[in-house]
Amino acid sequence: MEEFIQHTINGLSLGSIYALVALGYTMVFGVLQLINFAHGDIFMVGSFFGLYAMRFFAPHFQPGPVLAILVMGCAMTASAVLGVLIEHLGYKPMRRAPRINILITAIGISLFLEYGGQLVFGASPQFFPPFFEKTQFHIFDSVTIDSNQISIFLIACLLMTALQFLVFKTQFGRSMRALSHSLDTANLIGINVNQVIRITFMLGSTLAGAAGVLYALAYPKVEPLMGVLPGLKAFVAAVLGGIGNITGAVIGALILGLSETYVAGYISSTYRDALAFIILIIVLLVRPSGLLGKKRIEKV
Amino acid sequence: MKFFSAFFTFVLAFAFLLTQGCTKKNDTILIGNYGSMTGAEATFGLSTKDGITLAIEEINVAGGINGKKVDMKVYDNGGKPEEARLSVEKLINVDNVVAILGEVASTRSLAAAPVAQQYKVPMISPSSTNPEVTKKGDYIFRVCFIDPFQGMVMAKFAFNSLNLKKAAVLRDSKSDYSMGLADYFTKTFTELGGTIVADEKYQSADVDFKAQLTSLKTKAPDFIFIPGYYTEVGLIARQARDLGLTVPLLGGDGWDSPKLFEIGGDALTNSYISNHFAAEDPRPEVQKFVTSFKARFGVEPDGLASAGYDAANILFEAMKKAKSLEGSELRTALAQTKDFKGATGVISLDENRDAVKSAVILKIESGKFKYVETVNP
Repeated sequence: MEEFIQHTINGLSLGSIYALVALGYTMVFGVLQLINFAHGDIFMVGSFFGLYAMRFFAPHFQPGPVLAILVMGCAMTASAVLGVLIEHLGYKPMRRAPRINILITAIGISLFLEYGGQLVFGASPQFFPPFFEKTQFHIFDSVTIDSNQISIFLIACLLMTALQFLVFKTQFGRSMRALSHSLDTANLIGINVNQVIRITFMLGSTLAGAAGVLYALAYPKVEPLMGVLPGLKAFVAAVLGGIGNITGAVIGALILGLSETYVAGYISSTYRDALAFIILIIVLLVRPSGLLGKKRIEKV
Repeated sequence: MKFFSAFFTFVLAFAFLLTQGCTKKNDTILIGNYGSMTGAEATFGLSTKDGITLAIEEINVAGGINGKKVDMKVYDNGGKPEEARLSVEKLINVDNVVAILGEVASTRSLAAAPVAQQYKVPMISPSSTNPEVTKKGDYIFRVCFIDPFQGMVMAKFAFNSLNLKKAAVLRDSKSDYSMGLADYFTKTFTELGGTIVADEKYQSADVDFKAQLTSLKTKAPDFIFIPGYYTEVGLIARQARDLGLTVPLLGGDGWDSPKLFEIGGDALTNSYISNHFAAEDPRPEVQKFVTSFKARFGVEPDGLASAGYDAANILFEAMKKAKSLEGSELRTALAQTKDFKGATGVISLDENRDAVKSAVILKIESGKFKYVETVNP
């Protein structure tokens, strides 16, 4: 029983990390119907920005809330700038192009960041020092949970609520939703389409940056290809929950994290990555639009 | 007449140029080195290269091999087996090296060895311990012990010296080295009367090991044997301690990297590994190597640097003895290596072209390896 509880805690904390990445994925998709394959790589760049900020500030501050805010702030700002740049240089010229062209651009940007990252940051894994001393809590005798796991879970839930609020309760969210229905109509009714898209990308990249730093806090090893697998898993999580749906992304990510942990813990870790895709296939067979996804009716 | 003399001068000049070109090429002996200079096992390649570089500089200062200077061509494979294979193709066909030194990781040596064998260019692996490596052909050598020995050493050390009877194994299913070493450890440990209470797997480049560690923990092992590479081991150690697993962690030469301590930190305290070399070993060969390595590179050499240094020196010895630098002659001379006093011990090559030599056991204490004992074969 204690083993099961420990697995559940591990799974939820792994899932909440996927959720952080999946949120940005799903938001960009929700608005633009674009699978931003570069998202996992912005996540990677975010954690490197965090690492450099950490190296810069660490001599002047003790590990604690101040340092955490500085490191997170730097990583998020830098990722936001990167996101806007990518949107401006990569996606904006392709706005009216067929969807497949944009998709290939996204893959190109993703590869550019991965291999450019190897040039700029070096291909060797680097250690990410903790900017926050973590505390261990013992539940029962042998079940442990630490403050990092709790805070990542809470941050994921908090961000989910904030995004939900932004999309459904604000004027800007209304523009986003309008845009997701029809770009042209949104343009006609006076929405500044380019600005909404730019801000959407900025927000998505900010989320990726934050996720990158939190990920590095949990798994203190950063390298230029670290975004590939979490990016892929987060994509699966987002599709699982119904891509474009914010709550769905978090639920999908938690399901994925839990099932991966159970498989690795009770069966064998060899099947762990295969499982993610088996779940995806099954869900898509039963519910093609994902768990919480809306059915879109194509009107002629 | 004038025409003839001009023509004659031209022919002479041409012949002179030709011989010049040849002698220049004959002045140096080019050897090849391929390794992971980048990627998850970057320190393996870099340390090995430094060790070889030191050996080359020393031999060149001492007058080279039969009057010829030694030079090295290095290729980085980024830790990828297919790149390792390509590097060896390039070293042989483009750079025309007379011999090849590399790789550290068994998976990559296994990928590249058939190429060296095909072209009959001797290849010496400084530190690939999987037994299959030298079985790829009679041109493939190694100057380190093999995993059946390493696994046995750690099993005996755990069972007899540490008096621990219940082992859990956590192995990397993507690495030939890790799978082999785990098997040999298991074999000896059960023969001694110990029990393996759990055997879990992970894959290189994983970052989350909590699921496997949680399962291990319920079996209450006395220690965990992790025959992996340093990047993953550092993270595993951290996560094991987070989950409240305080038992000793044991491993092999794949842990040997300064990065291990950076990633693993205090979580590694109370761990033991088997290795090729201990910097505290009082033997004069070791101390001489440690001093010159420190003077040249400013850091203490690790096991892989010393294995690279020994591999290069064994190659130079064979080159001095060989009738020519032809692949087959060099191969024969290498196969006769006996009682070579290197930094990693006294090395003799057996009929399988594997080194018969001792291993050292190191303990991790406050972020450093401490010498515990030497185990002879």
